[in-house]
Amino acid sequence: MSSIPVKKDAGEIGKANKRKYILEKVSGRVFLFCALLSVVSLLLIIGFVFYKGSHPFIAEGYSFIDFLLGSDWVPSEDKFGILPMIVASIYATIGALIIGVPIGLFTAIFLAEIAPRSVAKIISPAVQLLAGIPSVLYGVFGLAIIVPFLQNNLGLIKGQSLIAVIIVLAIMMLPTVVTVAETAIRAVPKAYREGSLALGVSPIGTIFKVVVPAAKSGIMTAIVLGMGRAIGETMAVILVAGNSLVIPTSLTDSIRPLTTNIALEMGYAFGTHQEMLFATGIVLFSFILILNFVLARISSKGGN
Amino acid sequence: MRKLKDKILLGLLWFAAFLTVAVLVMIVGYIFYKGIGLISFDFIFGDYSPSGGGGILPMIVTTIYTIVISLLIATPIGILAAVYLQEYAKQGRLVNTIRFATESLTGIPSIIYGLFGAVFFVTTLKLGMSIIAASLTLTIIVLPVIIRTTEESLKTVPRTYREGSLALGTTKLQTLYKVILPSAMPGILSGLILSMGRIIGESAAIFLTAGTVAAMPASIFSSARTLTVHSFLVTQEAGDIELAAAVGVVLIVLILILNLTATFISKKLNKANY
Repeated sequence: MSSIPVKKDAGEIGKANKRKYILEKVSGRVFLFCALLSVVSLLLIIGFVFYKGSHPFIAEGYSFIDFLLGSDWVPSEDKFGILPMIVASIYATIGALIIGVPIGLFTAIFLAEIAPRSVAKIISPAVQLLAGIPSVLYGVFGLAIIVPFLQNNLGLIKGQSLIAVIIVLAIMMLPTVVTVAETAIRAVPKAYREGSLALGVSPIGTIFKVVVPAAKSGIMTAIVLGMGRAIGETMAVILVAGNSLVIPTSLTDSIRPLTTNIALEMGYAFGTHQEMLFATGIVLFSFILILNFVLARISSKGGN
Repeated sequence: MRKLKDKILLGLLWFAAFLTVAVLVMIVGYIFYKGIGLISFDFIFGDYSPSGGGGILPMIVTTIYTIVISLLIATPIGILAAVYLQEYAKQGRLVNTIRFATESLTGIPSIIYGLFGAVFFVTTLKLGMSIIAASLTLTIIVLPVIIRTTEESLKTVPRTYREGSLALGTTKLQTLYKVILPSAMPGILSGLILSMGRIIGESAAIFLTAGTVAAMPASIFSSARTLTVHSFLVTQEAGDIELAAAVGVVLIVLILILNLTATFISKKLNKANY
């Protein structure tokens, strides 16, 4: 510090300050630019996927209604109907919710309210690890354990089925549901519990009648996020779905959800066929956008 | 009567938690049980041979490439974007739009990212099926994660730090890189490690943008497969569960190390800071 000259030319200081102010302004702009990149990315993604996917319907005269409600997908014969895949995606997601949500929610309640500290300390990191396991490995596990199990116990010719997809997806959504719901339940003010207990309600009654309803919006968020994870999952599902192009009528039918249709055929598709895969992407995207919209409604309600 | 109901509910709570843990133990246990036998020095550091028996070094190298490239791009952008949102922006429509876009990006399934990468990076920008195309796609995937975790850790920096620094006559920029960012560092670092985990675990988007070539990549412009894609393909094409599980062991160990490092960093550095 001793090297600082005592007297500095006023002009020089002014210059240094000016540079500082310019730097300040420029950096602000750079930061803004970086922040805008996520908006640009989103617009590019939506733009490209929708442009590619809507091309056959706008320029090539295919009917969008036939695309949505048609039940034949035979690219070589120019038939593109994705109803079986839409139905498969919806069934698989709802089925996974029916199994995954109660288990996930109850685990979350257990962790937040019941578990002794030592037990929670083991389970929480375990759930975190479950969230970090690459989705492919769930598929490998499903194919190696769940599929043969179903095949042997239900007497199926082929174990790859709707029920196998449902089980794998239910397991995959568990960590999301557990962590988000647990955070929501922990955020419920202590006074709520104390008030309820003081009125003579049992501890379990307090949890289910006071704490859980108070954490409702967070729990809904957990469910919607888990749903998003289930409907968008691809690689694990390919391995256990069987990929047949029929509208599933029973839990043991082999299915092909929207996501797997894209992944299976993108490798060799071109022309209209490829554009139809993008159109499949649009349908999937629309489901996700609806979910996001619902999520935004829930969190804004929760905020009030 | 009510007591009985309480007991049943309590039992169900224990049962659900037990089930969750049991599933985890089963999955990790099974992958290790099946795969650990194949793990050896040659398996991890040996070159791949299509005839079987080779190692997975090309897939490990490809995975490392994708991590390094996408984080090199996403880290500065993500951190600066978070700085803008937390420190510079006036709350209003612009910030809300950016927040909405970031949140929406989080919700998009990876197969859609794959479609976008295939048409934009692979075809339109003419990068071809390549590591670089996959890494750019992954950049967009992890960007929201980095922005969110950085924002969270910027929020934890006490106001007084900023005020103290500014009162000494520093500019906003100086305060930012001398005071705010260093204090927020642990949070930012664990965010980056989380992103690494996300990249390692990603498969669908990489499948559509990097292709499936099973060989040591010559450069970042060549097509290659990551560990997850390899695990997927050996299962789907050859039904080789043992090999898939062995790759799975490598993946799980990597994720475990990353998780532990993230926890360690946020604990250690937090203590050092306050």
